[in-house]
Amino acid sequence: MERVAILALQGAFAEHQQMLQRLGAETVLIRNLEDWNGFLPVGGDGVGMSGLVIPGGESTAMMRIIRDEALFEPVRETILSGMPVFGTCAGLIMLDGGHLDTMDIKVRRNAYGRQLGSFHTVSEFRGIGPVPMTFIRAPYIESVSDGVEVLSVVDGHIVAAQQGNQLVTAFHPELDGDTRIHEYFLSMMGRM
Amino acid sequence: MDERVLLNRQLAQMLKGGVIMDVTTPEQARIAEAAGACAVMALERIPADIRAAGGVSRMSDPKMIRGIQEAVSIPVMAKCRIGHFAEAQILEAIEIDYIDESEVLSPADDVYHINKRDFKVPFVCGARDLGEALRRIGEGATMIRTKGEPGTGDIIQAVRHMRMMQSEIRRIAGMTDDELYEAAKQLRVPFDMVQYVHENAKLPVVNFAAGGVATPADAALMMQLGAEGVFVGSGIFKSGNPEKRAQAIVKAVTNYNNPKILAELSEDLGEAMVGINESEIQLLMAERGK
Repeated sequence: MERVAILALQGAFAEHQQMLQRLGAETVLIRNLEDWNGFLPVGGDGVGMSGLVIPGGESTAMMRIIRDEALFEPVRETILSGMPVFGTCAGLIMLDGGHLDTMDIKVRRNAYGRQLGSFHTVSEFRGIGPVPMTFIRAPYIESVSDGVEVLSVVDGHIVAAQQGNQLVTAFHPELDGDTRIHEYFLSMMGRM
Repeated sequence: MDERVLLNRQLAQMLKGGVIMDVTTPEQARIAEAAGACAVMALERIPADIRAAGGVSRMSDPKMIRGIQEAVSIPVMAKCRIGHFAEAQILEAIEIDYIDESEVLSPADDVYHINKRDFKVPFVCGARDLGEALRRIGEGATMIRTKGEPGTGDIIQAVRHMRMMQSEIRRIAGMTDDELYEAAKQLRVPFDMVQYVHENAKLPVVNFAAGGVATPADAALMMQLGAEGVFVGSGIFKSGNPEKRAQAIVKAVTNYNNPKILAELSEDLGEAMVGINESEIQLLMAERGK
């Protein structure tokens, strides 16, 4: 069974947990370094079935806590060593150059303005088809470097991308009933 | 459900596990954001000062609110008076992220709350029990908080309101279907809402604690009682070391179930706000708007 750590510092982590449990994965909420050390597989070969989710919420709040709880470096190293990671909204921001700096993307925060600019749409996701997309005070990706695959574009802006083991969406697949993007993330962890 | 209502409920979901802090200046807003606040509440005077000043308390100057919107990237909330839909229209016009129709300000209407379904911006409202919470949700509120007793630094009322809500939710969840109709009648709320609570054992919107939170331990207490996040009003900027206390309360909400971490967070915070006991105050703000 896949084991997925969900960064539970602030935000909508319970929604990801419900979604992943529905798909049969084991979930572990990470609130501090002790939780993280308890999650990390002992020995090397467990990594293939492990993954990390960074949920939506406020990236400034998550950054404050991830630093103060001494989680920043261990989480960053684990992502760089190849563990599959899935960031949604604030979780996407967390992976960019100004934060954990593991993904070669340039992100624009609050790109659609304040709450009045939040919206729902259905749009094409590469390899999956049309999926429901909920954008809440969302960012989008302004530009990507070579090696980053663009997975979805809405109104001319990149809203989903993948770079090797790292998957990001500017919208919230955990808020809509559609499980296909989470299934795709589990497939990155070795599920066929 | 209306798409806008859903989007507004979903913004509240993103605030969960977070702390929303009262701020009166852009400088305080920046301190709150850096400390890890998930949103700020922009207001001219914090509840403790409103209480001390007396008189009529109204919506803040939109210019002051805009200054705070420009200072931070996190959501900015602001308060309007209960029933004062014109103040709410003004706050919507400046694209506030959330309106708090709040008993902290002087009520403008002693019968009607705002018809919040007329608005695109979301509303959070205070409640002391399940009936109040569901009535506000019926009017269009997309987030609920306990009323507590604002500006006192005394947690007793927030505890009372959260315990009341949770115990009523458990009672409804355990009812048989035929008992639900009578429950809806007693609570003075629509039947479908009681049915939702019965099936899901929770409110249909996010529920925060507010009113009287002054320490990391207060925040942890409210989270353990079932709050999904915490508002801190006077507790931070009326204390000796606002920056440190703000950070400590943020981390206490994340690790509310970990006494060892809470012990570390509670060290050396300096003076907490002095506070007033509920028995010492003349004005119970929680009695406003039912």
